[in-house]
Amino acid sequence: MTAESIHETGALLDVRGLTKVFGDLKACDAVDLVIGKGEIHALLGENGAGKSTLVKMLFGSLEPNAGTIVWKDRPVRISSPAEARQLGIGMVFQHFSLFEALTAAENIALSLDDNTPIRTIAAKAKALSHSYGLPLDPYSMVGDLSVGERQRIEIIRCLLQRPELIILDEPTSVLTPQEADRLFETLERLRDEGKSILYISHRLEEVKRLCDRATVLRHGKVVGHCDPRQETASSLARMMVGSEVKAVDRHADEGSAGGERLLEITSLSRKPATPFSTPLRDISLAVSAGEIFGIAGVAGNGQGEFFEAISGEIRQPASGMVRICGRDAGHLGISARRALGAAFVPEERLGHGAAPAMRLSDNLLLARHATDSKRYLGALGTIRREAIRESARHVNEMMDVRKSGEDPAASALSGGNLQKFIIGRELDREPKVLVVNQPTWGVDAGAAARIRQALIELARSGSVVLVISQDLDELFEISDRVAVMHNGELSAPLTIAEATFEKIGLLMGGAEPGPAAHPHAAETETEGAA
Amino acid sequence: MRLELVKRPQQSKLYSALSPFIAFGLTLVAGAFLFAMLGKNPALGLYTYFVEPLTELWSLHELAVKAAPLILIAVGLSVCFVSNNWNIGAEGQFTIGAITGAALPLYFPDAQTIALLPAMLVCGALGGAVYAAIPALLKARFNTNEILTSLMLVYVAQLFLDWLVRGPWRDPAAMSFPQAPAFSSWATLPELFPMSGRANWGIVFALVAALVVWFMLSRTLKGFEIRVIGQSPRAGRFGGFSTARTIVFAFLVSGALAGLAGIAEVSGAIGRLQPQISPGYGFAAIIVAFLGRLNPLGIVAAGFVLALSYLGGEAAQIAVGVTDKTVRAFQGILLFFVLACDTLIHYQIRIVRRAPLSEPASLSTETAHGHG
Repeated sequence: MTAESIHETGALLDVRGLTKVFGDLKACDAVDLVIGKGEIHALLGENGAGKSTLVKMLFGSLEPNAGTIVWKDRPVRISSPAEARQLGIGMVFQHFSLFEALTAAENIALSLDDNTPIRTIAAKAKALSHSYGLPLDPYSMVGDLSVGERQRIEIIRCLLQRPELIILDEPTSVLTPQEADRLFETLERLRDEGKSILYISHRLEEVKRLCDRATVLRHGKVVGHCDPRQETASSLARMMVGSEVKAVDRHADEGSAGGERLLEITSLSRKPATPFSTPLRDISLAVSAGEIFGIAGVAGNGQGEFFEAISGEIRQPASGMVRICGRDAGHLGISARRALGAAFVPEERLGHGAAPAMRLSDNLLLARHATDSKRYLGALGTIRREAIRESARHVNEMMDVRKSGEDPAASALSGGNLQKFIIGRELDREPKVLVVNQPTWGVDAGAAARIRQALIELARSGSVVLVISQDLDELFEISDRVAVMHNGELSAPLTIAEATFEKIGLLMGGAEPGPAAHPHAAETETEGAA
Repeated sequence: MRLELVKRPQQSKLYSALSPFIAFGLTLVAGAFLFAMLGKNPALGLYTYFVEPLTELWSLHELAVKAAPLILIAVGLSVCFVSNNWNIGAEGQFTIGAITGAALPLYFPDAQTIALLPAMLVCGALGGAVYAAIPALLKARFNTNEILTSLMLVYVAQLFLDWLVRGPWRDPAAMSFPQAPAFSSWATLPELFPMSGRANWGIVFALVAALVVWFMLSRTLKGFEIRVIGQSPRAGRFGGFSTARTIVFAFLVSGALAGLAGIAEVSGAIGRLQPQISPGYGFAAIIVAFLGRLNPLGIVAAGFVLALSYLGGEAAQIAVGVTDKTVRAFQGILLFFVLACDTLIHYQIRIVRRAPLSEPASLSTETAHGHG
């Protein structure tokens, strides 16, 4: 096997038969991957396909059970991230590992293995960031930076180590379209300089646009290599999922307007609860029966605070601020709001929407003990396990939740399957109002399509769906109207017919659509000089 | 070669059940070393400690007397610990329960009726609950650290008791001994089988409390609420449960049971208020709660194990000639091993010999050189 791989000359990285086993699960099963010099190589796959495991082995944070890694025609063992960096492999993680109370330069210094003074690092970082079109003020506090700017720190930090291979894990999931465009330009420049990039994503359009080659993983195995430019989004999705991904079926024919206003929010404001949270400023909106209302926005612009306020986890000072099915709900807690016919799906699955260590049936009880108490509770508040398990079985069947065992702990499910369960748990109640925050964040294409279809069907049955999402494709696919949340304020809603990526993207960046538009980055650049 | 902890995909049921026994076994081994280092015969020491008390009927009664407060307190603590509230002040709640319960016969010496004892028990439980409400409200309202507040209140309670029995409540007939008057027969917790030994109704209260709390924790929505808030407070709030309410509930239950244990101890085993009413039951009960895996039924068994360590300690002072401090040492060692063995529930221990992967390690240093 080794002999064969060495013949593949010109390859920067040549991985053969890499295997990682966790218990009974083969997370990576004899994976082959070849990355040439100066190419952007996409690693495609659903959640749980083994992408993260593969990358962690390449970056030295996991030890493979079998297989070889050949780096520049030489077999290597990578047993720690430091060794990976020494070889010339750098990585930008999906979840940033930055300290909010330190400056950008200090964060970079922490990850370098030597004792270079901060001043030198800052100067280098600044020069590098400008030459790659990713302006960054090295002395700014991370806590004050947007998610896009934080990602720049990660990228600069990675570039400072002069890697020959850069691994990026879902880099655009937190960016506005404009920010993503800048990132693509940077990546293309890096490629032109002869660096190689391993680009992990499930956004097919992006991969088609950016990548030269793609390796597709499914269930831990490589199921295909292709040139993404020769493929269509749906053919890529088919490779990833292994079957046809059903396009979301949406009838625009029925009139959504004119229905009963089931969710009304009037002048909702909220002071920030902590120094790091966003205040809500005078938000008003009304959603009518049969309508899907989308709220776009870059993460951290008040979406979480907004969700908590509507769900009743935080109550409002005036009862009329939130009305559900025509009843004042501002003073009610989450159980009472559910009783009025509302259902909620928070962004964070583990630890908010579900208790990680508890079984699915327990997690079903968690959200439904108040609304289905007749069914699930007996005398003295005793829990009727059989009835709950029966409901959980039904939800799992309805949403095609894949799991091991009859009633596993929530944390044992993959992200997509847990999300299907959580959404199914609420849909099973047939709510009149469903509020869902990031319905398909980090969810694979198959599950995402299933979830979107379920939301559309719920609206079609005469309910209201309020979708808060960072994924513009998703919002355009399912919403009837879209508004943008920026810095705790909600823009005026646009009907889907009048909305464009461009308009929404500018609103997401905080600019009013029009000539006043101003790229965010320019400000940082000038501030940096101060 | 190195040892590696590999996280289990799911908690091991086997080790969940086995770990207290492994911990107890390791405690015995450590105890044998302890005796050997003190220059005593380890076999004799361990026998005196852990076997001899079980060989006679009267000492089985003593075992029940010691186990009763431990189980009562630990059952209450399990509600606190499961909900992630660290009540370390059960010793204080025990003391206050003894004081408020004992106040009744002291202030109403003429109330010699059958209702006196039940009223004392209720007052004891209430006193303990109110005392536990202090750290609970501070935590719920101001987010104070309940470990510190509940622990500090222990010393307040103990000094308060000390002052009472040396001052206002001292028995004038006691020749200036610091103690309150002995309880009348109406105020005394009756013994179960007076013919064979001293065991009183305290152990019955303990067993009933264990059953009731077990049922609540494992079978009812209230128990579910307590577990969710303990494991994942944000998910609990999403479920419509209140963190503050759970804090107060857990402390009230735990304080009431500790207070009940306190009044049962003074009106049963001791017979009067005195400066020292507990050999650290409130703290030993923390060990009992963990040894019993925070499951009230497991706590019953664990309570008897700890009671045995008290009894054995007394016997060993006489038979082996070690100080009473070895009891504390044993209890500490036991808690240490219990917590250490819990690792086995979540992790698997694997011995890794430097895995022969594809190439010798020298290569990676070589490449590193090339880049340096």
